[in-house]
Amino acid sequence: MQIYLPIAEVSVNAFLLLGLGGIVGVLSGMFGVGGGFLMTPLLFFIGIPPAVAVATEANQIVASSFSGVLAHLRRKTVDLRMGTVLLVGGLVGAAIGVQIFAALTRIGQVDLLVRLSYVVFLGIIGSLMFVESVRAIQRARANPEAVPAPRRQRGWIDALPFKMRFRTSGLYISVIPPLLVGFFVGVLAAIMGVGGGFVMVPAMIYLLGMPTKVVVGTSLFQIIFVTGFATLMHATTNFTVDMVLAVLLLVGGVLGAQIGARIGVYLKAEQLRVLLAIMVLAVCGKLAFDLLVMPSELYSLGTPGAAH
Amino acid sequence: MIRAAAILLTWAVLSAQAAAETVVAGLSRDAISITTNFEGSEILIFGAVSRTAPPPPDSELHVIVTVEGPPRPVTVRRKARRFGIWVNTDAIEVDAAPTFYAVASTAGFATVMTATEDLRRRVSIPTAIRAVGTNVGDQDSFIQALVRIRTAAELYQFNEGGVTLRDQTLFDTSIRLPANLVEGDYRTRIFLTRDGEVIDALSQNITVRKVGLERWIYNLAHDQPLAYGILSLAIAIAAGWLASAVFRYLRG
Repeated sequence: MQIYLPIAEVSVNAFLLLGLGGIVGVLSGMFGVGGGFLMTPLLFFIGIPPAVAVATEANQIVASSFSGVLAHLRRKTVDLRMGTVLLVGGLVGAAIGVQIFAALTRIGQVDLLVRLSYVVFLGIIGSLMFVESVRAIQRARANPEAVPAPRRQRGWIDALPFKMRFRTSGLYISVIPPLLVGFFVGVLAAIMGVGGGFVMVPAMIYLLGMPTKVVVGTSLFQIIFVTGFATLMHATTNFTVDMVLAVLLLVGGVLGAQIGARIGVYLKAEQLRVLLAIMVLAVCGKLAFDLLVMPSELYSLGTPGAAH
Repeated sequence: MIRAAAILLTWAVLSAQAAAETVVAGLSRDAISITTNFEGSEILIFGAVSRTAPPPPDSELHVIVTVEGPPRPVTVRRKARRFGIWVNTDAIEVDAAPTFYAVASTAGFATVMTATEDLRRRVSIPTAIRAVGTNVGDQDSFIQALVRIRTAAELYQFNEGGVTLRDQTLFDTSIRLPANLVEGDYRTRIFLTRDGEVIDALSQNITVRKVGLERWIYNLAHDQPLAYGILSLAIAIAAGWLASAVFRYLRG
């Protein structure tokens, strides 16, 4: 069934969108990631204009994160104070990110920026995750009783001023690192149309030293506001949020996430991470290939003047 | 006003006397609605040639039909390899290129219309694109690329032999409008030609509009972007809450 998207102004198959939403939802349910980093490139592949794909995906992430954070709030695994500090950085980052996005749309380089960001971040995170999880599997095979490696020292981060106590996380650290992490993820959220969970979660564990059990909930908490803000900014600056597209993706995503969560129960954490890493690297490889290989059509069309 | 009407009427009478052959035409529909499940549309354009004298025996009558979507400015960008990756480097701005353009004719384009007539009336695809005052040297290759990309998307159609003419009198053609149409007035033109010269022409508009939900969403997004953004968020939050509530209910 073809459906005409009023903002994207293209006609796409509704079942394809529901299916994509479902598949990404299954993966996000299995791995506990928002799935934006997979969905946005997939939307590019099926011909949704990048500007619309990025803005609409931000809107969809609001829904999946909200659904997720409710569960975490009930389990009291959300550090609201840390989330608020991250959020302050995140909102500033998202505001700047949307302006960068609009400026690049005008000069015709937005495609390049979005694709390059994807290749770089998916490449780095995918590789790190792959190496780390393969080692974890090897360690588990060599010695099933092994304890996880101790957390690294965070020397220079402890030396920064403006310290604050984060009770839920059991931390007493400077607000500067969380502000910077939040800012950075906010910029990414606006430019790449992702929640940034796949950057935020490792940063919270390894840079801020937060306990793993509060990381996902806190990350989701601040992602809701950052992507919500990015949605509003895209809607008012670029007019690129497509409500019909968002709803189709939402329905598939919400159903898929629940199925994924059940599949995830049957797999080990390391196996899940290896699979996720392979998937991330595959998306990265496809995008990198498109940038490196001579395109079959060297020309492209755009709208002059305003970003919209 | 009255004088203008009188002049127009006189001109109409005179031109009717001058032209031995005139075109009378109809469209299968004069309005197209883009609904949520819009899959494109086919329009049938048909008509007849009305004559006050027998047709000249030594030349052949031809019919050209064009359908033109609202013109919009467009930027054509070209990629080149920089630092090992393909990036947009050169660009030209085309002042007005039709968002949709279809040409159908009874025979090869060179047979049915001379280059001069084509330039004057902007009938073939390249002449329908207006690009002036750009400073990139090889502007033609950008225009060709524009035509190539839109032809591949079925937005530009060039169908030589697509018009059927029976007994030098009745003609018909059908033109397929793809699903990704832009809103606006689509101008349909019909030309009668002999020896490559236009002997009569007719123009009629087809209105293409988004309707219903499509119309509402598009208007809201552009007229009240803040309200639209808030509504999008409200839908997302409601969906997230609903999913959480439903699955908690299923588990519990």
